[in-house]
Amino acid sequence: MIAIVDYEAGNIRSAALALAHFGAAHIVTADPATVRAADRIVIPGDGEARAAMESLGASGLAEAIVAAAGRGVAILGICIGAQIVLDRSDERDVACLGLIPGRAVKLERRGGIKVPHMGWNTIRTATPHPIMNGIPDDASVYFVHSYVPEPERAGDAVALCTYGRDFSAVIAHRNVVATQFHPEKSGPVGLRMIENFLEWQPGAP
Amino acid sequence: MATGGALMLQKRIIVCLDVRAGRVTKGVRFRDNVDIGDPVAFAERYYADGADELVLYDITASAEDRGIIIEVVERVAERIFIPFSVGGGIASVEDMRRVLLAGAEKVSVNSRAVNDPRIIDIGAARFGSQAVVLGIDALADPTAPSGYRVVINGGRVTTELDVLAWAREAVERGAGEIVVNSIDADGTRDGYECTLTRLVADAVGVPVVASGGAGRPEHLRQVFRDAHADAALVAGMVHYGDYRVVDIKRELTAAGIPVRPSQRC
Repeated sequence: MIAIVDYEAGNIRSAALALAHFGAAHIVTADPATVRAADRIVIPGDGEARAAMESLGASGLAEAIVAAAGRGVAILGICIGAQIVLDRSDERDVACLGLIPGRAVKLERRGGIKVPHMGWNTIRTATPHPIMNGIPDDASVYFVHSYVPEPERAGDAVALCTYGRDFSAVIAHRNVVATQFHPEKSGPVGLRMIENFLEWQPGAP
Repeated sequence: MATGGALMLQKRIIVCLDVRAGRVTKGVRFRDNVDIGDPVAFAERYYADGADELVLYDITASAEDRGIIIEVVERVAERIFIPFSVGGGIASVEDMRRVLLAGAEKVSVNSRAVNDPRIIDIGAARFGSQAVVLGIDALADPTAPSGYRVVINGGRVTTELDVLAWAREAVERGAGEIVVNSIDADGTRDGYECTLTRLVADAVGVPVVASGGAGRPEHLRQVFRDAHADAALVAGMVHYGDYRVVDIKRELTAAGIPVRPSQRC
């Protein structure tokens, strides 16, 4: 069973529908025990890092996710989920789940770009990873965000996007992978990545 | 001109479906055989055709049919995997919540926000600016400071508001996107009102969607290149089968305007 972590962040239904599209058995849940026992975990959501972490911490979900990660369960973070899997976020400076070394930093409004970065932009693979199987360079995906993940190790940056500057659009470390964009809203390209995640067998950490 | 993602996002083509009591209205005529009234069938068709986003515009007249749009949103969300918004008939923050929970990415307010702008502030605080779109119906009016006056209730009621001032205020309040609909151009299929679009696009720091007047692919080229629109709404030109989204994108690409290509994986 795949657990979609429900922590009052938006966009939960869209993530669930993308899994349903592939007939994947899943449950939208706020129950730490269910998350702890899941085969796979999806951390979806729009929102704000500190609010997300406070909600996950108070409910015991943060602990459950970290425990599941420790036994090698495949985890997919989406959007705010791609920021809170890092060690910290600069968004109201908050400690996060620490599943991928690094931090989330503000996307600077420079060079005439509008922030939030909202709309379709292209990504390109930087480090091969099963999540990118069949995804060509310059594939378009749908972004809505003001902060970007900055993994500590270059090898954890799986795909890059350019908006004002290069940033990591897909990051991965061991059994955790995360997309700053919304694969569930990125058409056939995004669905392929969801399918790749469902097939991914990261093995024991 | 920048064509990559460094400075500029891909320009979006947004297909607008008018929905009344759960059915697509307007004389939509596709060449092949699709159920010509089911919004879900249309949504799937445009999704497959490369639309970047959809708008479901609820033009339901009676209050008792209002609930139907939620069911439509739920069914559309199951079938298409691109962002879509819902507009028309949004009267409260609770209406917003229901639409977003049903699977829409954004909700669009128009007349209601003119009458009570706080719906923008409250909606943005609760759901995030990215989820709150302000629709402005604009009418050319030389007596308005910007040259355009805000009208409401589908263009039937003129307000005191100046279009540019209202757009700026709405962004201050938290609107994450502005749809500028020209009442003068609407339905003409002679092209967008580029002066109006550019006026707003150059003045606000959020994406601006041009609406009203699209009839040919070159109209989108003009509004993207000359009027700095971030996205363009199309309705009749694709509903009547004259053009497909994929054809429009081909023309835009040939003109050097970055768009999301139709992709298969």
